[in-house]
Amino acid sequence: MEDLKLRHLEDVSTLALDKEQCIGCSLCTEVCPQAVFEMQDNKADIVDFNACMECGACVQNCPSKAISVSPGVG
Amino acid sequence: MDKTTRSESKISTPGVSLMSSMEEVSLSCSTQPSDPKAVYEKPGYKLCSYVDRFIKTDAGFIPVIKSELGKDDLFSTFYVRCGIRRYKYTVTPGFYGIGTPDKNSEVLVTANFKLTFDHLRKELNGVNAWILVLDTKGVNVWCAAGKGTFSTMELVKRVKECSLEKVVDHKRVIVPQLGATGVSARDVKKQSGFRVIYGPVRANDIPAFLKNNKKADKKMRQATFTIYERFILIPVEIQTILKPAFITALVLLIIAGIGPGIFSFSQIWERVMISILALVSGILSGAFLTPLLLPFIPPREFAFKGIIVGSIFSILFLIAVSSLINGIAGFLALFLFSVTISSFLAMNFTGTTPFTSPSGVEKEMKRYIPAQLGALVISSGLWIYSAF
Repeated sequence: MEDLKLRHLEDVSTLALDKEQCIGCSLCTEVCPQAVFEMQDNKADIVDFNACMECGACVQNCPSKAISVSPGVG
Repeated sequence: MDKTTRSESKISTPGVSLMSSMEEVSLSCSTQPSDPKAVYEKPGYKLCSYVDRFIKTDAGFIPVIKSELGKDDLFSTFYVRCGIRRYKYTVTPGFYGIGTPDKNSEVLVTANFKLTFDHLRKELNGVNAWILVLDTKGVNVWCAAGKGTFSTMELVKRVKECSLEKVVDHKRVIVPQLGATGVSARDVKKQSGFRVIYGPVRANDIPAFLKNNKKADKKMRQATFTIYERFILIPVEIQTILKPAFITALVLLIIAGIGPGIFSFSQIWERVMISILALVSGILSGAFLTPLLLPFIPPREFAFKGIIVGSIFSILFLIAVSSLINGIAGFLALFLFSVTISSFLAMNFTGTTPFTSPSGVEKEMKRYIPAQLGALVISSGLWIYSAF
């Protein structure tokens, strides 16, 4: 019964991925605690946008600055 | 953190803490030379209970810690989980070992919150590793990473300070995945020469992670929020609202005094008690039941979840005390009050969960706080009106 994935509001995250910039290092798929990213054709892809909790782990670790998250002060 | 703990941590070394009281002197003046720990005795100092022995390395003596938790650790865990002294529950940052670590052993990075430290070491039974404790001011890895204390700068500083390169022959450190919010693997490598490998989210996956050639599977990479993980957070949740709840109770006491003046003292007292019970009902449903039942309450918004649970709970409560309430206005007032408290506290729980985003929480607050304030005003009006 714990398989119910906990979800908050949809379409609120400020997560953005610039695929052009992605160098395919896959570190974002490693650090994201919500499995937001997956690798597709050697590039990162956002596969579960609404699971994003804007923790910023992907932004911190993206070597090519392809990812951005800009939550307000919330 | 207060000044005394800060000054203490400045002069202490890992594994040894300054004596806090004279009564403990007997420990260091033990007359049993057969005790192997006597080697470490030094006037004014005592060995931390989690330290088993010291190991000699090229960077000096390093404390080797136990993987079993002692009775005192378990007692303190209980207190801290209840919110008692949780901001002063720290271990000295620095370098430690566990098992029989050598030059090829992995280096596990962690935070200096003792709950985190204990949680890590109890999962490392049978593992030989080094543990690098960062100074996160007594905050867990994920929160500290968000706050910026579990950071690239702090990690690089500790690696240098502890002369990591003298202790191990390799050039890698294992950082908990949730620390990634504060750490840039690339910058750590650039500034210290050490490569960051992100370990699993949960400490209990570390032995499997190490066996699996430092590869984490998908499950190890995802944050969970199981019923047990939610339950264990509830005491602190309740503890932090005790003070505002007490102030609210005082306000209820004052409001109960407003009336036509024909009430007897016992009638006023009854009104105070009923309104305080409505408050308690709101707290129980908002800060206890809603967090516990979280995934089973349909709406996404926490505030809405709190309204649903709060409504059911307060109706049951009002039925139980119905003989003491006169008139529909009184009923409505108590119902609105209790449900509003539940909704607000449920929304407050968003800050404790591992899946809500700041943007989502902001959106929810903008939508629900005006409604909650409105309900509170109407409820107060109805409650005062019901006294006449």
